[in-house]
Amino acid sequence: MEDGYWLLGRLDWQALPFVRAWRHPSVSEWIGAGAGGLVVIAALAVLVMLTRRKAWRRLWDGWLTSLDHKKIGIMYVVIALVMLTRALIEAVLMRMQQFAAVGDPGFLSPEHFSQLFSTHGTVMIFFMAMPFLTGIINYVMPLQIGARDVSFPLLNSISLMLTAAGAALVMISLVVGQFSTGGWSAYPPYTGIQFSPGVGPDYWIWAVTLSSIASTLSGLNFAVTIYKERAPGMTLFRMPLFCWTTLCTSILMIFAMAPLTVASLMLALDRYAGFHFFTAEAGGNLMNYANLFWLFGHPEVYILILPAFGVYSSVISTYSGKTLYGYKSLVYATLAIAVLSFTVWLHHFFTMGQTANVNAIFGIATMLIGVPTGVKVYDWLLTLLRGRIRFTAPMLFSIMFLVTFVVGGITGVILANPPVDFVVHNSLFLVAHFHNMLIPGLLFGMIAATQHWFPKAFGFRLDETWGKISFWCWAVGFYLAFMPLYALGLMGAMRRTSEWLRPDYSPLMLIALLGALLLFAGFVSLLVQLGVSVRHRDRYRVPVGDPWDGHSLEWATSAPPPEYNFALIPRVEARDAFRQMKRRGIAYARPEAYTDIAMPKNSAVGPIIGLAGAGLGFALTWHIGWLAVLGFSVIVGAVIARSFVRETERLIPAASVREHHERWLDAVAATPRVPRVQELCPSNRGHAEPMA
Amino acid sequence: MRVSSRWTRNSRSLLAAVSGLLLSGCADYGLFAAAGPVAEAQRSHLLLIVGWMLVVSLPLFVALPFVLWRYRQRNRKADYRPDWEFSRLLETLIWGLPIVVVSVLGYEAWRQTYRLDPYRPIPADRPPVEIQVVGMDWKWLFIYPAAGVAAVNEVILPVGRPVRFRLTSATVLQSFMIPRLGGQMYAMPGMVSQLNLIATRAGEYRGLNTQFNGEGFARQKFIARAVSEARYRQLLAGMAATEAALDAATLARLRRASVLDSPLRFGSVDGDPFNAIVAQLRRGGGYAFTPAVGAR
Repeated sequence: MEDGYWLLGRLDWQALPFVRAWRHPSVSEWIGAGAGGLVVIAALAVLVMLTRRKAWRRLWDGWLTSLDHKKIGIMYVVIALVMLTRALIEAVLMRMQQFAAVGDPGFLSPEHFSQLFSTHGTVMIFFMAMPFLTGIINYVMPLQIGARDVSFPLLNSISLMLTAAGAALVMISLVVGQFSTGGWSAYPPYTGIQFSPGVGPDYWIWAVTLSSIASTLSGLNFAVTIYKERAPGMTLFRMPLFCWTTLCTSILMIFAMAPLTVASLMLALDRYAGFHFFTAEAGGNLMNYANLFWLFGHPEVYILILPAFGVYSSVISTYSGKTLYGYKSLVYATLAIAVLSFTVWLHHFFTMGQTANVNAIFGIATMLIGVPTGVKVYDWLLTLLRGRIRFTAPMLFSIMFLVTFVVGGITGVILANPPVDFVVHNSLFLVAHFHNMLIPGLLFGMIAATQHWFPKAFGFRLDETWGKISFWCWAVGFYLAFMPLYALGLMGAMRRTSEWLRPDYSPLMLIALLGALLLFAGFVSLLVQLGVSVRHRDRYRVPVGDPWDGHSLEWATSAPPPEYNFALIPRVEARDAFRQMKRRGIAYARPEAYTDIAMPKNSAVGPIIGLAGAGLGFALTWHIGWLAVLGFSVIVGAVIARSFVRETERLIPAASVREHHERWLDAVAATPRVPRVQELCPSNRGHAEPMA
Repeated sequence: MRVSSRWTRNSRSLLAAVSGLLLSGCADYGLFAAAGPVAEAQRSHLLLIVGWMLVVSLPLFVALPFVLWRYRQRNRKADYRPDWEFSRLLETLIWGLPIVVVSVLGYEAWRQTYRLDPYRPIPADRPPVEIQVVGMDWKWLFIYPAAGVAAVNEVILPVGRPVRFRLTSATVLQSFMIPRLGGQMYAMPGMVSQLNLIATRAGEYRGLNTQFNGEGFARQKFIARAVSEARYRQLLAGMAATEAALDAATLARLRRASVLDSPLRFGSVDGDPFNAIVAQLRRGGGYAFTPAVGAR
């Protein structure tokens, strides 16, 4: 064993992209080194800024150790946006490479290209989509059911920090060593030790393991919160649809993340301990991995999509000034989708060589999901019917979703047919299809959610013009980027290909590249929108808290809401609770009495477990024994130590609640009501004149 | 005015160019240039699905723009029913229509899945040609057990006679496909899978691995040459007469990861490399030796 192995494990200078670029200069290596450099510079810049502004204390007390579901939700979304930046840049790079690589090796080495698609997929699913939806759920769901927090606030913080740890591992892989080249699904035996002896798959294993454990815990937390924390009178069938989709997503998280955790740990045993679960030899069978992975992977699709369905339900009914059409239909459709999502995983490998019987059953089960999904689309259309539609940014994203998602549905049914799947499996047609589902079915939903709920979270509206610019970039960019891929797929172009031997792919690749650039411009516009809105925040303030004439309880409190959400837990008497309160004139009523409110105290356990988790993952990746033992001990130690903490709550005295609440009520009384036509004017201070 | 007409003319010619490109692209290869009944059946099944799916999706594409326009905020003439939330008729329609369409498509899927089962021998008056295929990093080895010859990255098929490919992998998971003949099937280490295809038109068709397997993936292509039965016999006999043997040493060399610039041919085959590779990857680790399934 080499000197220093005990200290650094397999780490050496070659692990740094800068050293690799120095030793083997090439465009591909420079891009790698540049990306690593960017990460280091960005991290340093954040550290310097925090120190300069003396913000460490505020960050620690106000955010990192906070157990407030709203702050945790916002931190989740921040992680998602940081990771989205990276994965989008990777997407643009891949499109450039595939355009440049028609009849030419292009500018990226095949190895670098395969790292790009692996990290792009891993990041987008586990560290963009999952944190994004978990963040939105965290922020919105407790408010919508009239709760003060989730059931297990500390667990919530631990989930957040474990997700952050996983994301950190993926970012570290840019600077130290290399990431896996085996795609986001990491199929062995390619990712086994025999074919991928480097640290790449280990980074994937530990990042994904951390994230999957975090998601399981989040699922438990959300489900229990919905079952146990609803305000009096908030029966299940009075919940906003977003809460229903959250409930279904949570149940899916509880049951579907486990197979992934198991699969990634079994792969780890293969790689670290000489097991043969999935190896190419000695009786290993890779298809067992494929089964476990997609047993997670297909429900995962609905984990991603269902929350967005909830968002669209809120957005469409709010901006058409109507109650949701077919509420019960939507609930039953959601439940049906959740159940069916566990019965279709095999359609990810119709080409395994099983009997026609098996394929036919899974193909038909897959098409069955089309029924409830189709119903939903028409329920939303009928919600628009006979409404008074306002074309705000979140509404535009929702409308574009309706159209685009149906196109994806058509190609989904095509892929669900085994005989046709045999021709397009693994092709760019498939790539186009799942982007066609996930960009409208997840990302547009999350963007719509941020546009819709941002004023609630921060107390001021987002700039509408930039929102619309961003919308057009996303919408047009999507079609340009992915429609050509359908055609290419039918022409026999396969995914994950770093160079093309057919010159006539060129024009379609060019269109796709332009689309990718436009999508990136859409993302940049969102950042510009944020900057512009922050600068003009005084013009956009909505302190009363109901800028959109909202229907559900989150709009019944100030913007931003107090830590305890509601001075007095609202009593719910109907669906669209806040809308009904406004109708009956009991919104903003003065409570007769106030009580003390107990809220969870801050806790450092979350960040400590997160840091230790990241350390443990890094140590296992690089075989650094002492660090692994240390990381594991800290996690166990922190949990044990926490169990001795008796006083986990602090009391907010009734007087202070009263003072804050009365001040807000006075402001409400002093703020004129604003009709919907003035919704986007500075006069909209969040006091809505109800439409009906 | 002139500007706009020039713009329309330009955009029209652009449109023509793009659609021409698309069509010519499709004319060259892929599913829309099917060269055998399997690919043809797959294509017509695809079109059938699209047709039925339009039944459920066209109403949305038509109604959505209308609804958005008619019920826009500024149109005060349109009726406004903020509490309207249910209609039995519409509810029956929006559940019923998708159920009908999915039932039809489900029935069709069932039928076609059986008919186009890749394991099902293709009915013909002559017995199928059997070809053993071994996926390697990053090349394809084809063995003709009956003729005792082999080739790498080139496979010769007799037109009009069914071919039964038996597939395995000497390394990681791969997926074998000839887009213009239809179908694809995984080649898995230690396992044997099957794919039945037939070429009805002579020609050279591109074949490839569709499952990412490392650096050489993009270049793991082969040529499938469909020739007349007589020419097929002649080519195989020619190989047997002139080419070197595929012996253990050559096989070991082939199994090392590499990309080949041009196809290789072998006039004879030592032993039974296909079943030997399957057996080798199956053996060990507490598993008793199992003979390869359905040995030749």
